[in-house]
Amino acid sequence: MGLFNYILLLYEPQRRAGIIMLMDWQGQKFVEQIMQISLLVFAVIALVAGYVLGSFHLMMLVYAGGVTLTTLITVPNWPFFNRNPLNWLDPNEVEKHHKPQVAVSLKKKATQK
Amino acid sequence: MHSFGYRLNALLTFSVTILALMCAIASLSDNLNTPSPSAEIQIMNINWFQKQPQGNDEVSLTMNISADLQSLFTWNTKQVFIFVAAEYETPKNSLNQVSLWDAIIPAKEHAKFWIHTSNKYRFVDQGNSLRGKEFNLTLHWHVMPKTGKMFADKIVMTGYNLPEEYR
Repeated sequence: MGLFNYILLLYEPQRRAGIIMLMDWQGQKFVEQIMQISLLVFAVIALVAGYVLGSFHLMMLVYAGGVTLTTLITVPNWPFFNRNPLNWLDPNEVEKHHKPQVAVSLKKKATQK
Repeated sequence: MHSFGYRLNALLTFSVTILALMCAIASLSDNLNTPSPSAEIQIMNINWFQKQPQGNDEVSLTMNISADLQSLFTWNTKQVFIFVAAEYETPKNSLNQVSLWDAIIPAKEHAKFWIHTSNKYRFVDQGNSLRGKEFNLTLHWHVMPKTGKMFADKIVMTGYNLPEEYR
């Protein structure tokens, strides 16, 4: 229970800002690279193992294991990938500073020769 | 934003695409295999040789088929389908091919064999030109892969003859 509350605390600034973001930008990029490289490496290992040992079944098993392992590492939102969380602007601050109004003036003509 | 659902989808589609590539490579690896099969067919006996009521000749024969097809099997082979066909020429057709017997070899261990059998399928001519006919017996095989391209080839054995008269 304590761990759950701790994790909730980690995401507090984002929660207050109304944003659900459980992996920061750098984490996302890192994880995508891990996923692509890991799948390719396991595919190569599976192919070589299957060909050398003459077993198609073995190739499928090794690859399935590799896909499962990669899923476990890259798909869940591990806190490890959220070490640089962005500091989202507090909603109270947002209200204090209104968006600048765009001046709409249809009569204004740029007279330049 | 790369959310949980996005990453799961990306991983699943990428892994399946890579799986397709692996199967293609596995099929290509079959080209590295150089098979050296051998086979021999002896006709032990012509059981009977009749003209059917419809007017077509029919033969029943007993063969001894022996073969060593182990070199056809690769890691990517599911099974090998073989059949024996009699080939001959008649005035009506320049090439007749009649399938006499077939079998499925499921594994390399079963690929070296001999079998003493009568023809599984009827040897019937289109017409009555079989008396004294010289014919070839051809052993065809189809190497069926687990994934990818199927290879087919044959061995032609010549010099077989049918009797001059009906029996």
